[in-house]
Amino acid sequence: MILVLEAAVLGVLTGGVYALMASGLTLIFGVMRIINVGHGALVVLGAYLSFVLWRNLNIDPFVSLVVTMPVMFVLGVILQVVFIRPLKADREALSVLVTYALALGIEGLLGFFFTSNYVQITAWYDTASFPIGNFRITYVYIYGFLLCLAILGAIFLMLYRTTFGGAIRATMLNRTAAQLVGIDVDRVSAVAFGIGMATAAAGGVVFGITNTFNPGSHYDLISRLLTIIVLGGLGSLRGAIIAALIMLVIEDITAVLISPVWADFVFFVVLVVVLLVRPQGLFGLRVRERL
Amino acid sequence: MYDRRVLMLLGLVAVLAVALLLPAIAPDSATTNIAVFTVMYVGLATAWNIMGGYTGYISLGHAGFFGFGSYALGLLLAKLGVAGGYEPFLFVPVAGVLTAVLAAVVGWFALRTRAATFVIVTIAFMFMLQLLAENLTSLTGGGAGLAFPNPPWRGGFFNIPFYYAMLALALVGLAASWWIRRSKFGLGLLAIRDDEDKALAVGVPAGAFKLTAFVISAALVGMIGGVYGYYVTFIYPQFVVDPLIGISMVLMVFLGGLGTLWGPVLGALILEPAQLWLAYNYGVSRLYLVLYSAVFLLVILFMPRGIIPSASELIARRRARAPATRAGATP
Amino acid sequence: MSLLQVDHLSKRFGGVVAVDDCTLSIPAGGITGLIGPNGSGKTTIFNLITGFIAKDEGQITFKSQRLDGLGPDSVYERGIGRTFQLARIFPRLTALENLLVPIRRKGLRALFSRAGWSHERSKAMEMLEFLEIAQVADALGGSLSYGQRKLLELGAVMMAEPELVLLDEPAGGVNPALLERIADRLRTLNERGTSFLIVEHNMSFVMNLCSEVIVVHRGRQIASGKPDAVRSDPAVLDAYLGA
Repeated sequence: MILVLEAAVLGVLTGGVYALMASGLTLIFGVMRIINVGHGALVVLGAYLSFVLWRNLNIDPFVSLVVTMPVMFVLGVILQVVFIRPLKADREALSVLVTYALALGIEGLLGFFFTSNYVQITAWYDTASFPIGNFRITYVYIYGFLLCLAILGAIFLMLYRTTFGGAIRATMLNRTAAQLVGIDVDRVSAVAFGIGMATAAAGGVVFGITNTFNPGSHYDLISRLLTIIVLGGLGSLRGAIIAALIMLVIEDITAVLISPVWADFVFFVVLVVVLLVRPQGLFGLRVRERL
Repeated sequence: MYDRRVLMLLGLVAVLAVALLLPAIAPDSATTNIAVFTVMYVGLATAWNIMGGYTGYISLGHAGFFGFGSYALGLLLAKLGVAGGYEPFLFVPVAGVLTAVLAAVVGWFALRTRAATFVIVTIAFMFMLQLLAENLTSLTGGGAGLAFPNPPWRGGFFNIPFYYAMLALALVGLAASWWIRRSKFGLGLLAIRDDEDKALAVGVPAGAFKLTAFVISAALVGMIGGVYGYYVTFIYPQFVVDPLIGISMVLMVFLGGLGTLWGPVLGALILEPAQLWLAYNYGVSRLYLVLYSAVFLLVILFMPRGIIPSASELIARRRARAPATRAGATP
Repeated sequence: MSLLQVDHLSKRFGGVVAVDDCTLSIPAGGITGLIGPNGSGKTTIFNLITGFIAKDEGQITFKSQRLDGLGPDSVYERGIGRTFQLARIFPRLTALENLLVPIRRKGLRALFSRAGWSHERSKAMEMLEFLEIAQVADALGGSLSYGQRKLLELGAVMMAEPELVLLDEPAGGVNPALLERIADRLRTLNERGTSFLIVEHNMSFVMNLCSEVIVVHRGRQIASGKPDAVRSDPAVLDAYLGA
């Protein structure tokens, strides 16, 4: 029982990190109606950026975010402008392929520079722990969780308290209508993609401290993140956050009760069940994707 | 009009003759090895196109069916104790049927969703299969892999039986694709691609049609996966349920022309040799992936409609210059 | 006897009652107009009859058979066709192919319907000629003008010979000359045995064409009868003048 409780707490804490990564992905979908299959690769890229700063310059991984988040934001804007914006006809299908290609390119480049050996970022807080009741929690999970909470809070503030956030929300609701009332939808899209990348950078740091990773790790990540945003309902930030927490808790409990090798599997089982019962996801509006 | 048709028929016969006689023309095993993989991708791309091209439902998870077919054949051969030789090929259709059953189940729930969600579900399905292959150790051998019976052929002849097996499957795929394109069923699929709700309104049973296309497409891919497994004789979860195989067939279809009969063939004939060349020269350093991704991006950004539609539009425009402008050509 | 009978049909979207305990009766063999102010639930009624949205309550009976819970394709298979407010055709199929898409067979049996392919082709050409758009037979649907699309959509829905066709604003966005042609063709098709139910805002079009008119307001029927009688019905005037 204690083990299950511990797993649940850990699930919530790691769930926060997935919530952050998934919210970037769902934001991109909401604004542009594209599925960024490269999101996992971008998280891994973020992890490697912090890894380099930590290994070569001895910069604390959390501190390195001051550099990596802006860098990834700019990279995101560039990628959107160069690769996503030119797609006109058949955007939905082609954007999936383009982002897939980007993922392969990033994987290849990272493999070229870092080989496919697994690495991990280490810091004092990834082994040091403090007790809660009968079990101990490593500091990094708490720090990671707080970081993600802070960034998610900032995103929500931006979305609901600023004019630009209003423009983003308007674009998410109805792209054409947003255009008609004078919102520069292209600019909103580029910035949204940049924000998505910045969240990937932040998520990448926590991922890189709590996991060993290599350039191929993005497949595992993206399949989880995509499942989470479908569960939450495509384009719903709130849904993505809640789905991430639920999924990671279920996963960690499965790992304890059954076996870690089946933990990933519950993701897919839940996905199948949700699609059978509620194809639009937990919070998705019933989007008529074609009509 | 008539001589164009005769010309096309002659071209077809010539291509078929070259394909059939290739092992006699270029018998060295390096060439036939490339030929096996190229023809394999002709089949895969053609099969994928039946679903992705005709209905517009993009599946990124067909590698799952490829791997499933591979494991299905391998396990069948192992359980039945079939020895190496020509006999394993007889079980390929059985692997196809098993894959079809799986595809019917997967399609039944995956096709409850449209467009974006469908893509995601297919990706998730592929990773689920990979995970199953890894975890069901007692059945699949898990990460240690699964062995096929050893093919008895040696030297230059080794590739030949596999080449003809792949060629036969590719031709079956093409025949299916051709028949579907000409049938009312195929027209229904294209209608679904254009406007699914409107298709329903004129009686197209979209659910049944999509599922049928999905099952046909997956069964072909599964059979090809089976032959592939026998060819490489040892399979691992990551090598047969490989996302790169899944995305390669998609890219080939897009390069050649989505939803056309010959587009996937053309795409595979161009890309697979190039891919093998890249892998051969740059496979060790991971630059192979970078170059592959660059080719990929170039195709999507500069030729999103594919070679065949772009070319035929060019020809149509040339021809249209003669009989004046068409009536009411503006929307 | 009525061809299509709608009884106590209701549909709510959230708090909005779009169709409210609506009862209609569409006679066989006629052209019936379904009119009403904007937002009175006409298109929702169409969507409910053709199975595009699920009803909350009530029942729909066609040729004495219930249509409950049938999807759009099954409704078409039973013999009810429809068009859309903004003409919808398949843009990447040719005009001729557009006419070959419609199927009136169930499920997998439709898969193998290839018989009479050339027969169907010539029937499709006849239809294009009847609608005077045979010259664009091989042009892609997406390259046609709006008027041509309207005609093509009508031709396509007629191909599988439905007993009843629901037309959503056949006169919308169409120039007067074409309007004449559409009205004339509808009359001919009606004489050949197809019944029509028409939602339309162009009153002279409705009054000229329809043998009977049903007026709906706030999701329920408020009047029905011959066009002239309906026109002078005070309840109808109230509804339109926004009482």
